Amino acid sequence: MSVATFNLECPLPIADYPNVVLAHGGGGRLSRTLVEKIFLGAYPNEVLATLHDGAVLDVHGGRIAFSTDSYVIDPPFFPGGDIGSLAVHGTINDLAMCGATPLALSAGFILEEGFPMADLWRIALSMRDAAAAAATPIVTGDTKVVDRGKGDGIFINTTGVGIVRPGIELAPRRARAGDAVLVSGSIATHGIAIMSIREGLEFETQLATDSAALHGMVASLLDTLGSDVHVLRDPTRGGVASALCEIADSASVGIDIEEAAIPVLDEVRGACEILGFDPLYVANEGKLIAFVAAERADEALATLRAHPLGGEAARIGTVTSEHSGHVLQRSRIGGLRAIEMLSGEQLPRIC
Amino acid sequence: MKYVDEYRDAADSQKMLAAIHQRVTREWTLMEVCGGQTHTLIKFGIDRMLPEQVQIVHGPGCPVCVTPLEMIDRAIAIARMPNVIFTSFGDMLRVPGSETDLLSVKAAGGDVRIVYSPLDAVRIAEQNPHREVVFFAVGFETTAPANAMAVWEAAHRGVLNFSMLVSHVLVPPAMEAILSAETNRVQGFLAAGHVCAIMGYHEYEPIAQKYRVPMVVTGFEPLDLLHGTLMLIEMLEDGRIGVENQYARAVRREGNTVAQQTVSQVFMAGERKWRGIGEIPASGLSLRPEYAAHDAELRFAVGTITADEPAECISGAIMQGHQKPHQCPAFGTRCTPERPLGAPMVSSEGACAAYYNYGRVLA
Repeated sequence: MSVATFNLECPLPIADYPNVVLAHGGGGRLSRTLVEKIFLGAYPNEVLATLHDGAVLDVHGGRIAFSTDSYVIDPPFFPGGDIGSLAVHGTINDLAMCGATPLALSAGFILEEGFPMADLWRIALSMRDAAAAAATPIVTGDTKVVDRGKGDGIFINTTGVGIVRPGIELAPRRARAGDAVLVSGSIATHGIAIMSIREGLEFETQLATDSAALHGMVASLLDTLGSDVHVLRDPTRGGVASALCEIADSASVGIDIEEAAIPVLDEVRGACEILGFDPLYVANEGKLIAFVAAERADEALATLRAHPLGGEAARIGTVTSEHSGHVLQRSRIGGLRAIEMLSGEQLPRIC
Repeated sequence: MKYVDEYRDAADSQKMLAAIHQRVTREWTLMEVCGGQTHTLIKFGIDRMLPEQVQIVHGPGCPVCVTPLEMIDRAIAIARMPNVIFTSFGDMLRVPGSETDLLSVKAAGGDVRIVYSPLDAVRIAEQNPHREVVFFAVGFETTAPANAMAVWEAAHRGVLNFSMLVSHVLVPPAMEAILSAETNRVQGFLAAGHVCAIMGYHEYEPIAQKYRVPMVVTGFEPLDLLHGTLMLIEMLEDGRIGVENQYARAVRREGNTVAQQTVSQVFMAGERKWRGIGEIPASGLSLRPEYAAHDAELRFAVGTITADEPAECISGAIMQGHQKPHQCPAFGTRCTPERPLGAPMVSSEGACAAYYNYGRVLA
């Protein structure tokens, strides 16, 4: 379709960028603008407008969660996982963040001509194992092959459906003043593990991704706290900072966090120091942020810590009625700074 | 984490702050030179913890910010050429030229790659002998030795398809330019520790004497900056001038002489334009004639490029300490990291980016 005919149907909403740039997929402010202006602009409906990790739909008196995600990670194999296990975990986690018990997944493969069959088999087996471990079968799928040079080896899309627990309503807008903000473990590990492979950075220890399916941990949290869990979020691209900013914005509340309380592995902190990255903006898989009622905070923390994936869970902050829509962090030395949504991609600095 | 946590200790920081509060008797305006220091000050909230009488203004020490617009446009013109692999540190890619930036050139199909070291660019050139590989060398004295080494290596290994677009700048001439301005209000400097790790601080001593100001060579961690500020306040309160060294764990008076030799073998000083500030004599480095084969400006005819800064951008006034980022009428409205008017809003060391990312709500 030419630009002229496109314009006749509907004016192009983003005037600033004539082309898509990488940061449109980075999970920060540009991603948010793209989704709001292009996609929400094209299909405005109440369910999509919640901009949650997945959609929650009423079906015959019950509720299902429905979520989709595409995986384009380069390289496809990395310490601790591969594109296949990531694709299974990621979509299961999106469902879990809606308070749903995952039911089944679909898997769509876009393969580039020439992709090694042995690698595809390895990825298929890894998806089988991840799905089996999560008790969530892959029940339908699709395969397309594109010409050599028209794809990056392999792209995978997974879509999942799950049953939302009765009485549970998790949404960013449910965050309220007084809520405790928890993370389920040390942050930024996945992003730094991938970056160190991609950029050939060598550290003394090999860093592995912490990618994992979180629905089991979510189930124990909801079993214990029920509707006192207000928001769950899987802080993938854009990191913890962007997720908190989105929640503060959606719920019109302020969020205060303590830098010293945020768990980060030493080797991850070291890599971030070297590269000039802020761990708050680095992508996670296998970690969640929970907003829970203040009086249940200790119980929630104990529940997370009792789970095998939540041993390093920590309370990192509190929701406040002040500075609505904004996130503030108290630094290690006691000073205050604002936390903004990631702008563009994080780029390594000069010196 | 060892060697980091010690310099971010809450109790030690509070002690240092208390000492600063106790020592100050009147108003002082200090300037930290380096953009890395600006970011630590704002990121850790130090600027808000200092006594009200201590005003910290931000200096010109962000290499990305002072790279002239024409040079960015030249980089963009070269990066668009069909056979070129254009390599750069990540920071430079978002900096606006007069029409576009390098990230957009990449999005439109240009082969623009982020490298972590200029030596990686030499390696890319060796792996791609039929393509031209250009490295965008910006920075202060800190990055000059590695960049010099890359050119030296390329020359000695015969990597003829490697060239460098050089826009290096030097700190002491910029400090002199700030001090000699009639409107100057800076009374003391926190000098840039990493620049001094290479160059030493003996070249600052005559400047301190000539303009009768104290300077403290300062590091980049919160405790370094608090300690440097305390030392500078003590010098000011006592009426002492000269150069003292807070960052002794990294800086010697004579600097790293081996690195200095490498730099002077490959580069020579000359006049350089600073974005937002203007021409400063002997404030830049260019390749020596014997390395002309590796000079991207000579290798690629991109014509004469002249460019005008957006009139609304006050980055020059900010980098000379006349104004602070949030005092700019365009700050956070017509100028944001997504749609910057000037480089300080997008560079990871830019003062405007520091205020925007860490302090906009608080300002």
